[in-house]
Amino acid sequence: MTKFNIVVLAKQVPDTKNLGPNAMTAEGTVNRAALPAIFNPEDLNALEQALRIKDKFPGTKVVLLTMGLPKASAVLREGLYRGADDGYLLTDRVLGGADTLATSYALAQAIKKLGKVDIILGGRQAIDGDTAQVGPQIATKLGLPQITYAEKILDLDAKHIKVKRLIDGGVETVESPLPIVVTVNGSAASCRPRNAKLLMKNKRTEFHVWSAADVDANVEQCGFTGSPTKVKAVQNIVFKAKESKTFSDSDEDIDVLMKELLDNHTIG
Amino acid sequence: MNNVFVYCQIEGRKIADVSLELLTKGRKLADQLNVKLEAIVCGSNLKGIEKEILAYGCDVLHVFDDKRLAPYTSMPHAAVLVNLFKEEKPQICLMGATVIGRDLGPRVSASLTSGLTADCTSLEIGEYDDNKNNIHYDNLLYQIRPAFGGNIVATIVNPKNRPQMATVRAGVMKKEILDVNYKGKVILHKVSDYVSETDYLVNVIERHVEEARHNLPGAPIVIAGGYGMGCKCNFNLLYDLAHELHAEVGASRAACDAGFCNDDLQIGQTGVTVRPKLYIACGISGQIQHIAGMQDSGIIISINNDKDAPINSIADYVINANVEDVIPKMIKYYKQNSK
Repeated sequence: MTKFNIVVLAKQVPDTKNLGPNAMTAEGTVNRAALPAIFNPEDLNALEQALRIKDKFPGTKVVLLTMGLPKASAVLREGLYRGADDGYLLTDRVLGGADTLATSYALAQAIKKLGKVDIILGGRQAIDGDTAQVGPQIATKLGLPQITYAEKILDLDAKHIKVKRLIDGGVETVESPLPIVVTVNGSAASCRPRNAKLLMKNKRTEFHVWSAADVDANVEQCGFTGSPTKVKAVQNIVFKAKESKTFSDSDEDIDVLMKELLDNHTIG
Repeated sequence: MNNVFVYCQIEGRKIADVSLELLTKGRKLADQLNVKLEAIVCGSNLKGIEKEILAYGCDVLHVFDDKRLAPYTSMPHAAVLVNLFKEEKPQICLMGATVIGRDLGPRVSASLTSGLTADCTSLEIGEYDDNKNNIHYDNLLYQIRPAFGGNIVATIVNPKNRPQMATVRAGVMKKEILDVNYKGKVILHKVSDYVSETDYLVNVIERHVEEARHNLPGAPIVIAGGYGMGCKCNFNLLYDLAHELHAEVGASRAACDAGFCNDDLQIGQTGVTVRPKLYIACGISGQIQHIAGMQDSGIIISINNDKDAPINSIADYVINANVEDVIPKMIKYYKQNSK
């Protein structure tokens, strides 16, 4: 019977899309403390794809891998509640301040440590960075092919995978040999909810916790030191009011406005 | 050596607009750095493609023509760039923040261990002080991008590693032909010197591309509707005005989510970025994510019955009224008075 070893990459992210009333400070800057930490949404779409493979091919093992602070293990637990089999947390002070390249290096090292893997699934991108780089960079570091922007796994056998993916202005179907890295788009099926039995079973399940040394990572390539990109400046967006003219909906006002736009060749 | 490179993406039978925008920007960066602008095009049946590219001020065009390079797949295109860059050692490499650019860029950056900044909205040249190691750098590429859901704008640099790579969103930069008779060199490369058989792993079985239903990024006038339009039927007013002004219709996320229009009309952080000379915001309150996608518009008109709508603070003209009352009057005046 065919079965697969699947790794799902998951990230704990601040919820940038659901900004509550306290999300912005009076100065117009982000109040990070007010943002809840959530399971990166597209990583949940990726988990669903993995669980569907497990449904179809019993004996398939779905392992979650995350890198972050110890509290990031919350996404591992959430994944177990929804049907994943095991969770690995890669956490280490030397991994801090990593850009996408240093992140993908550490995660690739961890995946090598996991042994034989057939499919590596992850969200297309994380909502705190929106870069979509870590998936393809892991594929490159592992010497594997990649399928990004995946929407649906159409077919899978012991050697091949067939995937429908988004492209600029359309869709395409691609086929690739395994092993492979697949990043899943938010338009894919949403993740199933928590399962009550799994919730009871995994409330106190222990995770595997790995340090950089545990995955044989070279410290020079990790974290801030291993990141070629540096943040030079960060500017919080604050909107400045500018001089504006106010009109009503009276015929005269609209005529004045339209005349002005025509006269200065903005329209016409 | 040390030149500015632009990866030109093929769309249908021609070069994608975003690539032409990057050639325009790349020319300016190359002038500032006093180096050459080079371009790469990979695909099939590319005879004559240089006519589309050189006029943007491209000094050297690298052509990789092989039927297995089209349609795009990740590994062969990445192999072309990685191996060419090992020879040419560019200082900057730009590509569109399209599905292709965002698939290709990270592969190339991981192979060359060079930094890559995604989805830039602005590029500049400047200096950088690494205070930790006490090193001063001149002439670095400032890669400026929104981050954290559009709530901050970060300036990223790659001090040491080369090339400095960036993907740039479509429509945020201007496309401008420099000289239709610009003389550039065209190099036809032998693809098998760059791509090995083992790179052709992924096969495209079926492809379905629709012509873009709108041309929002390139439109000189954009009329955008928000949740304040109230219903799908009121969007017809926007189309009527757009027809008169030869404008394109866009929308805020709230209007898309409410089903007033197609999702692909969404302007903002997670949608399209526009920079028209005139932007007419109709019933749009102006969430930060929306403003991120239109703030570089030339003139902004806000039509809103809420006089405290945030968008009014960046508008040049505020019409404090209902959209349904204002637009017919605008159409009427325009019909009577335009030539």
